[in-house]
Formats: sequence, structure tokens, C-alpha cells
Amino acid sequence: MRPPTGRIAGAVLLAFILSGCSGVQSALDPKGPAAVELARLIWFFTVLCAIVWVLVMGTIAAILLRRRQRRSDPLRIDQPEERMVSRVVISAVGATAFVLVALTLLSFFANRTLAGIGENAGLTIRVTGHQWWWEVRYENAEPSRILTTANEIHIPAGEAVRFVLQSDDVIHSFWVPALHGKLDLIPGMVNTLTLRADKPGIYRGQCAEFCGAQHAHMATLVIAEPRAEFDAWYAEQLKPAAEPSSDEQRAGHDAFLNGPCVMCHRIQGTPAGAVTGPDLTHIGGRQTLAAGTLKMTRGNLAAWIADPQGIKPGSKMPVMDLDGDELNAIVAYLESLK
Amino acid sequence: MKSRILLLLLCVAFPIAACEREERNTRPDPTLGSGGQGVPVTTLAPGGERPAISDTKASEFEGNAYHLSEGKRLFDWFNCSGCHANGGGGMGPALMDDKWIYGGSIESIHATIRDGRPNGMPSFRDRIPDDQIWELAAFVRSLSGNAPKSAAPSRNDNMMAHPSENRLPNATTLGKSP
Repeated sequence: MRPPTGRIAGAVLLAFILSGCSGVQSALDPKGPAAVELARLIWFFTVLCAIVWVLVMGTIAAILLRRRQRRSDPLRIDQPEERMVSRVVISAVGATAFVLVALTLLSFFANRTLAGIGENAGLTIRVTGHQWWWEVRYENAEPSRILTTANEIHIPAGEAVRFVLQSDDVIHSFWVPALHGKLDLIPGMVNTLTLRADKPGIYRGQCAEFCGAQHAHMATLVIAEPRAEFDAWYAEQLKPAAEPSSDEQRAGHDAFLNGPCVMCHRIQGTPAGAVTGPDLTHIGGRQTLAAGTLKMTRGNLAAWIADPQGIKPGSKMPVMDLDGDELNAIVAYLESLK
Repeated sequence: MKSRILLLLLCVAFPIAACEREERNTRPDPTLGSGGQGVPVTTLAPGGERPAISDTKASEFEGNAYHLSEGKRLFDWFNCSGCHANGGGGMGPALMDDKWIYGGSIESIHATIRDGRPNGMPSFRDRIPDDQIWELAAFVRSLSGNAPKSAAPSRNDNMMAHPSENRLPNATTLGKSP
């Protein structure tokens, strides 16, 4: 009998592995119709292929282990045995063909369901991949209601949302496992993907196509919320940045506008209007920093500005020469931009 | 036996020699705008060249493929094409010919970007970190064939306004017979 510690270790290991199957970023814990359909396919394919594998391996093992019969004349053809062999081969080929056709049909119908989700999408979000962050633009027929933000995508729960995917530099891939499968963002090409989150919640996404040194630090959060909350969020995001309210924030505002930050970033309502880096108009209200690399806290914000190349080596945010007071002031200002 | 060992050593040494990669310094000495380079006190200089003050960064950046490609990216990001039109020139002078109003050395170009020049070139001091100015200066030189072919940026992913920088004729040998 195995010692109980081994069993406990085994159980703990299994628990750890299984715990990876749920949570904010798992294709096996689907939270939308597309992901449900895909998860069903994953399970069906895995179980069916496992059964086929066990059957094939079992048959091979049985044949290998079988005792060989000694025949008096090895060249004599045994008619009944020959008939049985050809029957087995034909039925095995038939079964294989049937399984393949069935799986093809299943995947065809799953694809049809995925395509059907997008028939009445009300909201279009243009996601542009950059090394290494996501630019998010909410399209609207009215130019004053177009909203640009970064890395955090709010969507109304229970409604189909169309994502228009494109890239500014290399190939990226948009993947929010709990809501949909992967789709590439390709330079010079536009891909569209429609998804729906059934319930409010936070679903983490990740770039799924190697795109350079910081590919692993290119995450996004899809935040599904009830329609009313989404509308309130949208209205809030459309407003220009909050005015600095304390002396420290005012100093930060001035340091930001007089420093190198304005070469790449935009804060709406101020003269900073560059579009090569993430829009910072409401950065204080986001949950993460640097495309999901850090939690949004005052300390992390200061660390990121002070040494982005230590946190995300190779990132396009350069190391700048700021003294302690300037850094604190800029952080205070950015943090206030809720 | 000995020659066999020697052969084996050579076989190991050759692949190992390929292991060295060009340094990518993403975390430079954080100096902004001013940099280590001195500021000239006079504009009177032969051919518009500023008094020769060499900077260690000049040689560090000039032939480095990473810095050149970053310079190309920044040239686009900071909208240098707004006036210099991909190096062809427009409101600002052309950058891909062999004429330099304020000197064609990397130090001169660095000073031009950092301090600005009369009649339109703005100063980017305190706006662009010093190392990025060096990257831009190195790239500007590559526009006129003044960068090693092995390091100059290759073709664009989008529309090409001119042959890629590593396909431009070498400025030092252009028009001269060997």
C-alpha cells in the first residue's frame, strides 16, 4: 500500500491542476455563448479522442500479448479467418470515417452558432494592437461620442458586441478565453469578432500570438456590466480629464505638460494630444497599469514612471530624468484622473 | 588524435562565436535633453559645423541596429515627416541628400534636434529623452546612406517612400570610382 503522504500530495497536485480550470481567464469556465460552444467542442473532442486512443492502444496491446498459434502449414489460407480479418478492417475504417465526419459536422455547427451571435451587435469596438498594449476605441456615428481608452474594455452584459481588430506594428492575437476563441490582429488587415458576456464580471484576456519581448505582459480586462452601469461609465469617460484640485496635483499637471510625457500621451482637456502611447485621460480609474502588468496603485504608478524598463524591459516607454518631487507630483495628478 | 580534438574544438568554437548578440541598452543613463554634450558658444564655424566636440554616445549609437530602428520608429511617432516628408524634404530641408546646413555629423544632428535651428526647427530639449535624440540623429544619418548596411533599418511594413535605409548607396563611396 502507498504511504498516505503520497496520496495527499497527489490529491493536492490534482487540486492545483484543476484550480486552473476556473477563474477569470479560462476557456473551460465559459461565460458567453461563443465560449460555451467552444468549451463543449473541447470537451467532446477530448473525451471522444481519449476513448478512441484507449480502444486502439488496448487492441494493439491485446494483439501483441496474444500467444502465437503454431500452424502446421503457414502458407495455407484459412478462409473463415481471412473473412474475419477483412470484416474487422472494414468496420474499423468505417468507424474512423464516421467519427471524422461527425466531428467535422460538430465543428461546422459550432462555427455557425458563433457566426450567428453577431447578427445584431449594437456596439462596435475597434481594438488596435501595439507593442505591448491595446488601444480601445468605441465607434459611434456621432464624432463627439467616439471614445478612446486603453487596455480595459467595458461592455454591456447580455448584449452582442462587435470587435474590429487591427494592428499597428506586428501580428497580435486577441483572446479572452472566457468569452470567445482567439482572433489575430494583423497589420494592414481588419478582422471582426462578435461576442457576448452573459453575466456581469471581469474577464481577463491576453495576447495569444508572440509579438516581441513583452508579449507576456500584454493583457487586457474585459469588464461586463449591466447596461445602466455601462452607460454611466461611458458618459464619465467621454468627459475631459478632471482639473487638478490640490497644489501637488497642479504641480504634476504642469510637470506632465512641460515634460517628455506629451510626446506620446494624450490627456483630453489639456494640450497633451499625442496618440502613440495609451490615452491617459482617465487612467486613475483603470484597474491595471501597463497592459495588465501591475495593479493600479499609487506606488506601482510611481514605480512604472520611474523605471519602466526595469518592469517591462524593451517597452516603448523610455526612462526619464525626473526628480523625486516631480515624480510624486505627476503620480498624484495621474492618480486623480478618475 | 590531436587533430581530431582540434577539429572538435573548432566545431564547438564556431557555434559559440555566434552566441554574441548586439547589445540592446533599453535602460540608459537617464539624462534628459541636455545630455553630456557641450553647448557651443558661437555659431561661426566653417561649413556650419559646430566646434568638434565628440561624445562617447556618438560611436555607441551610430552603427547599432537596435538604436537605428528605434530612431526610425521615433521619426514616425514624433511626426518628423510633418516637415521633412520621409527625408525628402518639404517645409523643412531634405534629409536624404548630401547637403547639411548645420553639419552632417551625428553630434551636429543631435544638437539640431536638441537645441533647434533658425527658421523653423524647434528645440526638443526636455521633450525627448537624450538617448532618443541620439537614436533619431543616427537614423537621420542613415537616410542619406551614412550608416553601415548591416545595421541600417530594412524595408517598411507599410508604404515605402524611398528604398529602405539599408539599400541606399553608401555616402562615402557614392560618385567616386574605386
